[in-house]
Amino acid sequence: MKKVVLIAALAVFGVSQAEADTKVFERVLGNGLKVLVKEDHRSPIVISQVWYKVGSSYEPNGITGISHMLEHMMFKGTDKHPPGEFSKIIADNGGDQNAFTGQDYTAYFQTMAADKLAVSFELEADRMRHLHLLADELKKELEVVTEERRMRTDDNPQAKMAEHFNAMVYASSPYKHPIIGWPSDIAAYTVDDLQAWYQRWYAPNNATLVVVGDVQPEQVFNLAQQYFGELKPSDIKPLKPQAEIEQLGPRTMTVKVPAKLPSVVLGYKTPSLKTAEQDWEAYALEVLAGVLDGGNSARLSKDLIRGKQLAVSAGAGYSLTSRLSSLFELEATPAQGKTVQELESALKAEVAKLQQTLISPEELQRVKAQVLAGAVYERDSGFYQAMQLGMLETIGLGWQEADKYVDKINQINAEQVQAVARKYLQEDRLKRGLLTAITFRC
Amino acid sequence: MRIFLFGWLLLLTTPVWASAKIEHWQTAQGSRVYFIHTEDLPLVDIQVVFDAGSARDGEQYGVAALTAGLLDTGADKLNADAIAQSFDSVGAEFSTGSATDTATVALRSLTEPALLQKALTTMQAVITKPTFNPADFEREKKRTLAGLTQQQESPGDIANIAFSQALYGAHPYAHPDSGTLETVNKLTRDDVKRFYQRYYVASNAMVVIVGHLTQQQAADTAEQLLKGLAPGQKPEAIPDVMMPKSASTKHIPFPSTQTHVLIGLPGSYRKDPDYFNLYVGNHILGGGDLVSRLFSEVREKRGLAYSAASAFIPMLKPGPFLVSLQTRNDQAQQALDVARKTLADFIAQGPTEDEVNAAKKNIIGGFAMRFDTNKKLASYLSMIGFYQMPLDYLDTFKQQIEQVNAASIRDAFARRVKQDLLQTVTVGNAQ
Repeated sequence: MKKVVLIAALAVFGVSQAEADTKVFERVLGNGLKVLVKEDHRSPIVISQVWYKVGSSYEPNGITGISHMLEHMMFKGTDKHPPGEFSKIIADNGGDQNAFTGQDYTAYFQTMAADKLAVSFELEADRMRHLHLLADELKKELEVVTEERRMRTDDNPQAKMAEHFNAMVYASSPYKHPIIGWPSDIAAYTVDDLQAWYQRWYAPNNATLVVVGDVQPEQVFNLAQQYFGELKPSDIKPLKPQAEIEQLGPRTMTVKVPAKLPSVVLGYKTPSLKTAEQDWEAYALEVLAGVLDGGNSARLSKDLIRGKQLAVSAGAGYSLTSRLSSLFELEATPAQGKTVQELESALKAEVAKLQQTLISPEELQRVKAQVLAGAVYERDSGFYQAMQLGMLETIGLGWQEADKYVDKINQINAEQVQAVARKYLQEDRLKRGLLTAITFRC
Repeated sequence: MRIFLFGWLLLLTTPVWASAKIEHWQTAQGSRVYFIHTEDLPLVDIQVVFDAGSARDGEQYGVAALTAGLLDTGADKLNADAIAQSFDSVGAEFSTGSATDTATVALRSLTEPALLQKALTTMQAVITKPTFNPADFEREKKRTLAGLTQQQESPGDIANIAFSQALYGAHPYAHPDSGTLETVNKLTRDDVKRFYQRYYVASNAMVVIVGHLTQQQAADTAEQLLKGLAPGQKPEAIPDVMMPKSASTKHIPFPSTQTHVLIGLPGSYRKDPDYFNLYVGNHILGGGDLVSRLFSEVREKRGLAYSAASAFIPMLKPGPFLVSLQTRNDQAQQALDVARKTLADFIAQGPTEDEVNAAKKNIIGGFAMRFDTNKKLASYLSMIGFYQMPLDYLDTFKQQIEQVNAASIRDAFARRVKQDLLQTVTVGNAQ
């Protein structure tokens, strides 16, 4: 009974804490730029992020990776600032900065002393509409991106397997191609391609400005109006749906690369929170991922790494916040003397167990305790909080979803977890990838 | 963390920045404790740190890492499942791990007493009564061997291992933290138990606490966590690092599309009087964020690499100074030449005053971002505690940066980064 008391304490405590002081202030400027502000006065700093609704899933074939390429070119000068000056000004003002591109977003950020927020706004507003794309700069940056691809993917067997796996998993969904793009597409970008992509997506009415830190919302809104207010909006044409076609049976592939250890990945097609017919299904899948891989006491560590000692590593993942339907994945590397086939059977047995037997009350409480505590821990990082708001807004769920997360997880019961396991973790929705270790050649 | 806000307000009236108030004392058994009280968030970060990193491996490379990794697989009457369940059920984050100088047992928990107490009770057992069961030992050893096997598919990992060997020769910093296939294969359960008994003792332990606890609660927590730990003895001093006798270049063939390049030598240590000159100098050379000479020469001007950087990694004894980049195999020599020339020019001429001013502006302007989260604050406090840096390290940080100038940087680099001692390692499919 002691456990139940503890959890009750956690629930009361965690939820009240999570609800305290997390107010987000929203203002939409006349040109459509949405501005979100969250105060955090623990330190005299500010995090400023600009999120664009564009990423690799927006790209047609032939120019895959162009969102990422454009992200690189955004540091290469505007009508007002020559190449390199952006970074220099941020550095001179004590700032940290960078950018990242995903399947569903492209985002730029600066972290600065709170009184330097205007420096960030001035530069971000400038490059939102006045980027100067130069052929010479593109030529060099193409090489940089190609080196990035070599480093991240080409020379990394696990990353290579993931890339090939994605290419098999999706037939008609744009999640098929890698964020960084296919090599021949990267090699063939022109300034015109980039200019067209920039014109199409970089506009205040296709962006969200997220500010978290030691600031006052009203001051941030005024500053945003001052720097971004005059930018002209664009006519943003809606995206084509590009829905994934129904899968009619399991798919399997083998990737032979010079890896030293084999591995297996199982992927089941699942809706995300955005595409789920009912919200709870997505949250139940999130709990399911926690049951399998939420900490060292979760099933994969307990049963496959320790108990049966079939795997040296094992994991499960679900993408709650993707714009389009994605996958529930299980992956593992066999222990010495065990085969990927044995491991695959064990992973499928874990899936079958979830379908046949309700998860225990202790497991469900454990996942909920972790989610509640996690909601407090994540408030230690302003950057993470800004990321969460920016991502939810950009994929079209709305930042308000962040405040509902803990409650929604809390409402999930064992029957719902079993129901999504039965509905989505089915053999016909399965994709299976094997990484085969082959001998190195030098 | 109202202390921060208070410090900031204080800045308006006085030039002194009160970064964070560090409380320091010793447990009854003499272990050092470092504490920073923070408010606003009901959480606490705790680290128990031992001088028990891979520098203590002796000939048994990997024994420190395996010992740390085994701590939470069995303790007192708890098995691995029960230990994990005890932390997970209260939403605590727990980990054990080791690096070159240190082994660390870390906890992040909510401060609600019932939750925290459950996590602390288990953490105390893990620290003071690990059982090192034979079955757990065998399993974790095999997992370590699998990890070491997997390292062999990464040109970056292979380069790092060869680089440490080139820099440190017979010194304990030379071998990889997780050991080698050969040495880990030979490890026995008794080796791990002996290592634990020797190094996981009160006189070799330190506790770091950052969070929403009172000082009394922090003191009780530290006493509780180390209760039952044998007093033991401080380990012998780590030997001094000998500089390499001459420059060397080593190429390791590997079937990758890129060649990984590392250039460097034993660099700076934590109490190094040259540290701030080397730190600011390196910021200009290759440490800055998207603005540095290496970034500009290798990436911006020539598009030769995605990442081109340099760093000093200060440790108890001089840790590595390294210049690193990765580039397409057929242009590895060109990139290596550019990196070497950039470094040589910097050593010979030093930075310009403009560069020094820009670097200072960046470092000082971004000072508050160094510890804007409890996590970062805890890792600073751990560094200050373990290396016994002055408690006002953060308070005097900006002042130390201010004192640096172009001449002092040039002088420090000339003395400390000797071109004729540079070690170069390349890994890739060279033409």
